[in-house]
Amino acid sequence: MYELFKDLGAWLVSGDQWGGADGIAQRLAEHLQYSLLATLIAAAIALPVGLLIGHTGRGAFLAINLSSFGRALPTVGLVVLVFLASGLSMWPVYIALVALAVPSIVTNTYAGMTAVDPEVKDAARGQGMRAHQVLFQVELPLALPLIMTGLRLALIQVVATATIAAYVSFGGLGRYVFDGLAQRDLVQVLGGAVLVALVAVVLDLALSGLQRLLFRHRPSTLKSA
Amino acid sequence: MSFDWEWVGSHRDDLATLTVSHLQAALTAVLLGLLISLPLAVLAHRVRPLRGFLLGLSNVLFTIPSIAVFVLLLPVSGLTRTTTVIGLTIYTLVVLLRNTVEGLDSVPQKTKEAAKAMGTRPLRTLLTVELPLALPVIMAGVRIATVMSISLVSVATYIGDGGLGQLFTDGFQRNFPTPVIVGVVLTLLLALVADALLVGVQRLLTPWARTRTRKA
Amino acid sequence: MIQFEAVHKRFPNGTTAVHDLSLDMPEGGVTVFVGSSGCGKTTSLRMINRMVDPTSGTIRVGGRNVLEQDAAELRRSIGYVIQQAGLFPHRTVLDNIATVPLLLGWGRKKARAAAGDLLERVGLAPEMGRRYPHQLSGGQQQRVGVARALAADPPVLLMDEPFGAVDPVVRTQLQDELLRLQRELNKTIVFVTHDIDEAVRLGDRIAVFRTGGHLVQCASPAELLARPADDFVADFLGAERGLKLLSLTALVDVKQGAAPDGGPWELVLDGARKPVVWRERGGAGGAEVPVRPLRDTDSLLSALNESIASPSGLVARVDAEGVLTGVSSRSDIHSAAGDAHLRGAGNGATSPDGGAPAPEPSAPTAATPRGSAPDPAAQSPQGLDLPAPADAPADGKSGRGVA
Repeated sequence: MYELFKDLGAWLVSGDQWGGADGIAQRLAEHLQYSLLATLIAAAIALPVGLLIGHTGRGAFLAINLSSFGRALPTVGLVVLVFLASGLSMWPVYIALVALAVPSIVTNTYAGMTAVDPEVKDAARGQGMRAHQVLFQVELPLALPLIMTGLRLALIQVVATATIAAYVSFGGLGRYVFDGLAQRDLVQVLGGAVLVALVAVVLDLALSGLQRLLFRHRPSTLKSA
Repeated sequence: MSFDWEWVGSHRDDLATLTVSHLQAALTAVLLGLLISLPLAVLAHRVRPLRGFLLGLSNVLFTIPSIAVFVLLLPVSGLTRTTTVIGLTIYTLVVLLRNTVEGLDSVPQKTKEAAKAMGTRPLRTLLTVELPLALPVIMAGVRIATVMSISLVSVATYIGDGGLGQLFTDGFQRNFPTPVIVGVVLTLLLALVADALLVGVQRLLTPWARTRTRKA
Repeated sequence: MIQFEAVHKRFPNGTTAVHDLSLDMPEGGVTVFVGSSGCGKTTSLRMINRMVDPTSGTIRVGGRNVLEQDAAELRRSIGYVIQQAGLFPHRTVLDNIATVPLLLGWGRKKARAAAGDLLERVGLAPEMGRRYPHQLSGGQQQRVGVARALAADPPVLLMDEPFGAVDPVVRTQLQDELLRLQRELNKTIVFVTHDIDEAVRLGDRIAVFRTGGHLVQCASPAELLARPADDFVADFLGAERGLKLLSLTALVDVKQGAAPDGGPWELVLDGARKPVVWRERGGAGGAEVPVRPLRDTDSLLSALNESIASPSGLVARVDAEGVLTGVSSRSDIHSAAGDAHLRGAGNGATSPDGGAPAPEPSAPTAATPRGSAPDPAAQSPQGLDLPAPADAPADGKSGRGVA
């Protein structure tokens, strides 16, 4: 056990591992690219949907159950399915990752919108704000903490799951996991896993720090947990 | 991409075995998660300093990718069912701990004081007042944990287990979509049915919440 | 200023919130909608600025049908205050107040300047403007809510149970502030409350609603208290309705005489003839009881209270400067109270000089209603048939001494 962790430490800090066309730096960049792009696409789809459902109150059933469906969807199966359908391309990875991220963002955006005090919305309307002004000047800013939480959650899930890009012969940090599994090289597998976990934790901390900075004026009840 | 019904017909027994194995892994993990999280949650609820630590720890655990969790366990328990169950249990813990603490927090102070004022001892208050009232929130956690576990079992296919997840590897290696589709559909169905059953259990366990929602 | 014409509101779920409401609110003055929950008072209020649209009927504000106007623009021209203030938690107090001016396109600088003025106007310190709503007390938040509604100087102000969520002491302060503001600004205010005392205190007119959205009676507070239209209104006004009426009647018409020379109690005055204390006659060791002199504008209720608290049974009357003008006896105050009850709307405290039709010289028997007076309230158990003044214990003689 001790030997293993010593080897793992050596693997993680070795210069050979970090440089080069298939070094850790490159894999890290690929991993971040998959994750951030997928989350961005997911946000572009999910935010308008969540805002609309939250603002109009229509389709609440969808918003509530979508997250349950998203949790139930086996990502591995989805990736393989899209891979078999589309052949060797980035489609399977992005479709699976976006499918994973959309429910979290929709559900949290909707939750953020419904958490806005109805009295405040009533007051906004009563002062003479039009529907779009209520949405963008009142509801959206007030829902933002929870929306950010949704984005954070989605990004973490996506980072963790982007490992499967390697399963369908692409890059990212998952390479080490799957190559290591194939070569029975435990050190490499662990190295990949630790790196993915680190990326997830660091991104989570960075985003929650940003969130705290952005909403430092808010009463604690409006901040995300 | 065509669907091969014949394959389904000829693999009925295999599918049944995989489904049972899948469900077994997921449910064992949820039960273990409940057994561990319940006392931890009570502790976190009563001892304030512990609360931040336990919830923070479970947050960090959640950021670790599932595949990484399984793989990190390999040196401990190897390519076995135990690894699958431990990995899944860690995930259920994250959800269950948080929801149970939130559930206990949601019990109105006045209700607890009323129980105390009538001479109920702390343990009895916990068992007969706090836990029942926290049940809706705890059950929400159980539902999330169950659905999540059922979906996550397939990730264990990378370490040679994975129940229905084995259909994904199988289909991938043979470039044959039918088992993959069957696997995805069965996983979704399992999750759906389990969730619906849990909703039923919750309604049975919390009759007061039932009438309250009807009135509201 | 605001007219309801045969207005109905039925919600999609089939409940009728407002039933055939016709009501005319003149410019200036406070109209209070009261009633228990579900009586349609809030719905009626919210139809004025189109937060709710009527099912049928017409509502006019300043002569213009509200349904023919753009809802958002209409709302910008009408102030709106709700319970818990409904402030925007993500904006500073100043920006909250500047909401409508900004919507009207005044520009940030002008809007903030107006907001700053209003902050002062509602009695908040300028540095409050930089705070966020959650850093303010409930009462302060409510003041900000009022300031926000007034920011663009709208002629009409709608207030939906604005003081419902604050404690009684703060509520009284806020009511006083509102009355003060209203004296300065003279807006047309529609105020919803379920608190009849608040209605009596604030209203120039009170509209009583009954469950099912029926307007039962709309009258001045004095008229309402004196002549409730039916048992429902009487019940709603409460058992102390007679006393509430006295709180609206000014002391001015109660006759006064010179302070008595005899009797066990002496009214001590200072050099400027301002009352200081009641002192027991008979040497230096006499007991002293504080005196609370009343002015003509004070209410009969205060006078009644003071006549009970005063050891002599006499109430010291002073002018605006606090100089003694005379004393009134308990029996005279009781007589006036009885008269006030009979007259009802005649003599409101808000307009003490109001044309009361020649108050009767209060005969000693005035507490007994004149046989011909067709006033149902006077026969009700809550009528002010107080015991004849002469029966008041212990001090019948001092009471007579004044007359």
